[in-house]
Formats: sequence, structure tokens, C-alpha cells
Amino acid sequence: METKRTLRFAILAVAALGLIALACTSDDGGGSGGDTLKAVKDRGDVKCGVNDAVPGFGFLQPDGSFAGFDVDFCRAIAAAVFGDATKVEYVPLTAAARFEALTAGEIDVLIRNTTWTASRDADLAAAFTVTTFYDGQGMMVRANSGIQTLQDMENATICVLQGTTTELNLEDRFSSGGIPYTPLTFADNETLEQAFSQERCDGWTSDKSQLASRRSAYPAEAGGPDSLTILAETFSKEPLGPATLDGDSPWFDVVNWVVIGMMTADELGVTSANVATMAANPPSPDVARLLGLAVGDTPATDFGLGLPADFMQKVLAQVGNYDEVYERNITPIGLQRAGTLNASWRAGGLIYAPPMR
Amino acid sequence: MALSLATGRTLWRSRRTRRLITQAAFSLAVALLLLYTAVRAARLDLGLGFLEERAGFAVGHQWLTSYTADQSRIDAYFVGVVNTVRLVIVGLVLATLLGVLAGVARLSKNWLVSRLALVYVEIFRNTPLLIQIVFWYTAVLLRLPSRERGIHLLDVAFLSNRSLAIPWVFPDGRVLPWLALLVPSALAAWFVHRRRRRAEEETGRPGHANALALATLLLLAVAAFLVTGMPLDVETPQRLGGEGVSVLTIVGGMQVTPEFAALLIALVVYTGAFIAEIVRGSIQALPRGQAEAAMAVGLSAYQRMTLVILPQALRIMLPPVTNQYLNLTKNSSLAVAIGFPDLVFVGQTLQNNAGHAVPIFLTIMATYLVMSGLIAALMNALNRRVQLAGR
Repeated sequence: METKRTLRFAILAVAALGLIALACTSDDGGGSGGDTLKAVKDRGDVKCGVNDAVPGFGFLQPDGSFAGFDVDFCRAIAAAVFGDATKVEYVPLTAAARFEALTAGEIDVLIRNTTWTASRDADLAAAFTVTTFYDGQGMMVRANSGIQTLQDMENATICVLQGTTTELNLEDRFSSGGIPYTPLTFADNETLEQAFSQERCDGWTSDKSQLASRRSAYPAEAGGPDSLTILAETFSKEPLGPATLDGDSPWFDVVNWVVIGMMTADELGVTSANVATMAANPPSPDVARLLGLAVGDTPATDFGLGLPADFMQKVLAQVGNYDEVYERNITPIGLQRAGTLNASWRAGGLIYAPPMR
Repeated sequence: MALSLATGRTLWRSRRTRRLITQAAFSLAVALLLLYTAVRAARLDLGLGFLEERAGFAVGHQWLTSYTADQSRIDAYFVGVVNTVRLVIVGLVLATLLGVLAGVARLSKNWLVSRLALVYVEIFRNTPLLIQIVFWYTAVLLRLPSRERGIHLLDVAFLSNRSLAIPWVFPDGRVLPWLALLVPSALAAWFVHRRRRRAEEETGRPGHANALALATLLLLAVAAFLVTGMPLDVETPQRLGGEGVSVLTIVGGMQVTPEFAALLIALVVYTGAFIAEIVRGSIQALPRGQAEAAMAVGLSAYQRMTLVILPQALRIMLPPVTNQYLNLTKNSSLAVAIGFPDLVFVGQTLQNNAGHAVPIFLTIMATYLVMSGLIAALMNALNRRVQLAGR
């Protein structure tokens, strides 16, 4: 009888202590408290929040690896920090969960078709780097419906993803145009595509890049890519780019300048093919500064990013410059670079790299 | 073991002291835990002021609400609540009906009927609800003909994979006088009921209290309806557009969307299977003498079931069926899987647009707590009424 009592008391005491201990240790959560660069270097890989089902931007290949435009920027960051583009841990996220993952510290950087908006910058404490893809919202309809403009879509049912700026822009555009419509919101693209292919809705609205990507993968028994048209009108500005958490300038600068470096390389004509020869014999001071080489008698510039001086050489050799990343991922889904906002500033587009000096 | 408090010699060994120490230690631990949680919670931003901002997004499925994107976030959340409530109410009624039918069918002497009921129960109890919802939606309801190729039913209803549109009555603005006149009508009916019951008790002849009261109510209600100018309109679905490029829509009437229907069917069929087993178990728990006595007295099978068996089985059924009702209420949150805007779905959208995850999820949990609490309280009151006297 006494041993049973003592045993019960002991178990209760241990349980109570365990609860307190558990509560205390969960205090720090996942955040590294503002020094992500150090945490990443200690950990040995970059945790990158990505898409896993958008061909061209972030998708899971049959062999289990990730590929896409956004994914290549993840690899570039890893190449810059570690010299090895494979040191990335990919964390696929839904649109609803992506900002929570960033604030909770589950990912170091979010590169997932995310639009830079004021409320995300301030309210959701995300810091957006330079824009990698200038996108806009568009509408995709069935080619045989004959719909040409948004005015034709009175009383239409329109499929859209839940909790995105797309949903808000749709409402703004249609209500200001006086066009009545019915929205049908879904949590994921798979169910949305099912409903759209069964003609449950007349239109599918999303960023034009997403539409082009889903159109390129549209199954043949539903009609294939040719049965769909993306309307000409673009009814929002969707500048997409990587995002880090507010209040962490060193890490933000690293991500920002890796991307800018790739854009600079595009402007200067440095590619993965010729980076080795250019490093041996830099044709201009700009190229030398980009690749972390000495210019004449001046030693190599240290930008103060906390990265090795030749970080851009690793990035360009293993991943490539902005143009190569674009051609590899986005041109195959049907979006040409020439003539769009994503062309270089010299060609009339908006891709403009601040000087790396 | 021999030492008790009476000898009082060794304080450490006395059972009362040990109990006191255990309780004190445990209370201290719980108090510390609560204090810690309170301190952490105080640092969180739990304000709900952001709910008054403009919502900015439209909600597709609405019934009896007329919310537009210009209204506040709290109005958007309210639309979600209305959607959940109508799903739950219709779901509870249908699930109970189906469950009782299937439970009784399981005990039928007809081999085919009882086997069919068994197959139904086993299939739908043993597969996950989420899979069932997605199945009903993508494999069944979405495969109905598209709107352009929709089916006209009897020229007044229209079926497609966008909606089932049927004619329906809607109250117009003048309905309040009629509703006001219904109150004295109900009182009159109750009065008639009381008089007929007293007459029955005094004279012993059947007084038909229920039938006469119902007849009084109906007559007076119809009279009031005619007097106030027939304030109900029948709306028939109409086709709109569809020529050339414009999109074909159906306006008017009551439109049941495939999302609502898939969710309702899945919830009803799933919960009905559980209720069927509960009903079967409670019927089998009754002593056999009841059924035999009913047969001996000469009641038909239907009378036996409705007058003798089911009323007694009700006593046993109520607590487990209350559980199933609460399950149905909470399972309705799986609406997020197929895009039906219930309150969880709208809450998630609000969280994505505005941040503030913790207050939003606390609000969602509080809403479910209130809904479930109401259902449980009602069922417990019913339970107390049917308990055997003296329990």
C-alpha cells in the first residue's frame, strides 16, 4: 500500500516537472533571432520554401528532385554561401502556410511565386529582395468558349486559389468594371484543375506565369494545352521575388546580392560556359569586380556580405546567370523573355542590376 | 503499514501528510505552468480590431446573406458561420433519418435488406471522411453534365454540375404581419389541444387532440396568409445569356451547388453509418420480452417498432448519438478540401490576407465550442426527459 502511494507520488512529480521542462524549452521556437546567415553556415544547408506543383517555377520531378526558376535561385544562394549548389533543403509550402513558415523560422528564405505587396512587407514582416519576375494576373478560359475580353465574362463562375492577392485583385477588377461574377475558391491547384476541366467554372484566374505553367501541363484527355487560351488583358502588377524575414539585414543582403549578381552577369555576358575563362582573364573591371578578382593593383573588393570573394564564380559555374535560368525553366512553358517586362533594361525590360562595386 | 495517524509518531510516514505534500507539489506545478502560459500569451497580439477592416474578397456560396467584398471582415466570417450552420442543421436531420432507417434495416428478417444495410455501414464507417468527400465531389458530382449540356427537369428545374436549380418560395418584404398573426394562431391551437385532452380524460372517448390542434393551426395560418396578401413568392430558375459569347447562367430559385451537396452527402452517409450501429445496438439491448409482448398484444411490426421498441431504445441511444452529432459538426470543417466557404475556410482566407493567426484560430475554436455546446446542452436536456424516473 505504501509503495503504491510513493510510486504514484513519484510519477506525478516527474510528470509535472516534465511539463514545466517542455514548456520552457519550447520558448525559442525555430527562429534564429536575427542571425540567419550564421545559423545557415552552422547548419550546413539553406532551408528554402518552394512550390512543388508549378512547372517552370517550382515542381517535384519524377526522380524526387526539385526543379524550376525559383528553385534555381535557392541553389544559387547555396552555391554562394557554401560553394555547393546542392546544399539546399527544399520545403514545399501551400499559399496559405508560406508566411507562417517564414515567421516561425521553419525556412530561411521564401522563393515561391510570392508577390511583393505593402501589407506583406509591413504586416506580415517579410522583406522582399529585388524582383526576379515581373508578372501580372491573367484569366485563362477554354478556347471554344469564344471569350476574348473580361467584359464577355458577365455572370461567369471563376476558379481562384484561396487567400492569394489573386482573389482580391479579381474582386477589384470585376467590381470596378461592373461585371457580376461568382467566385469559386479552392485551397489547392489540383482540385481547382479538376473543377475547371469538368467545366464547373468558366475561367481560371492566377498569375500569368502560373497559368502558362499549368496550361503546358494540361492533360491531353481534358483537351491538352491547345484547348486553353490566356486572355490578353493583365489586370494587376505581380512582382515576384525571394523574401526573407524582417530585421535580418546581413542575410537579406546575401540573398539580394546573389540575385543581383546573376542579373549583372547577364548584362555583362558572363555565362556558366565562359566564367572560367573570364575568371582567368577578366575582359573589364566590371567583370573582375563581379567575379571577385583584383582590378589592376587594387585588391578584390570585399562587399562585406560575409561570403567568400569568388562567390559569384561558384554561382555562375553551378547555376548560371539570370538569362540561363530563365531560358532553362520559363521558356519551355511558353513565356518568351524578349519583349516582356522581364527583358534586360537595355532591351526595354525592367531587369536592371544595381552596380556591384 | 501499521503506523496510522492515531499513533501520530512519525509525521513523514502518515498517509495524510503524504497526500498533502503530493497535492501541494502538483498544485504548485500546475500554477507555475499557468503562470508561464499567461506570460507568453500576454506578449501575443490578441486584438480583434483588424476584423473591422474591409474584407476585399467575395464569397461564392451564400444563402440568406448578401455579403459583398466591400463589407468588413467580420461580415465575411459571419457568412462562413451561416454556411456551417446550414450544413450542420440539414446534415444532422438527414443523418439521423438515415441512421435510424439503416439501423432498423440491419435487424430486418429480409436477408437482402439486412445485408445491404451491413454493406453500407461497413463501407462508409471504415473509410476516411476526407476521401469520401473528395470522392463524392470529383468522381460523382463534377461528372454531371456541364451547364451547356444540362438537363431540364419537368421544365421548372435544371440540373448541371454547377448547381441543381429548383423552384422555391421566398418571403418578400410583407412577411412580418403574417408571422405576427401566426403567434395567436399557435395559441389558439394550443388552447384547442388542451380542451380536447381534457374532454378525452373526462369522457373516455378519443378526443383527437393532436389532429384537431394541427387542423386549427393550419386553417388559421392559411387564413392569415390570405389576409396579409400572400407574402410568399415562388421563384423559378431562369436561363440567362448563353447566346454567342456570353456565359450561360441560371438565376432564381434555390440553387444547390455541388460543393454543398458533396459535403452534405458525405457527412450524412458517414455519420449515418455510425448512428445506424448505435441504433442497432440499443434495439438489441432491450429485453426480448418487450418485442414478444408487443406481438402478443397484436401490434403490427410498424406499430411494434414505433410504439414500443424505439421509444425505449431512445433512452440508450441518446449519449452516443450526441457524440456523433458533435462529430458531424466538427467534421464540417473538412469543407476546405473542396472549396466550400465554411467558417474555417473563411478564417483561413482572413488569416492569409491579414496575418494575426492566433486571434483568428481562437475565434474559430470558440465558435465551434459554442455550436457544439448548444447541441450537447439540447441533447442532454432531452436525455434527462427520457430517463427512467428515479435515476
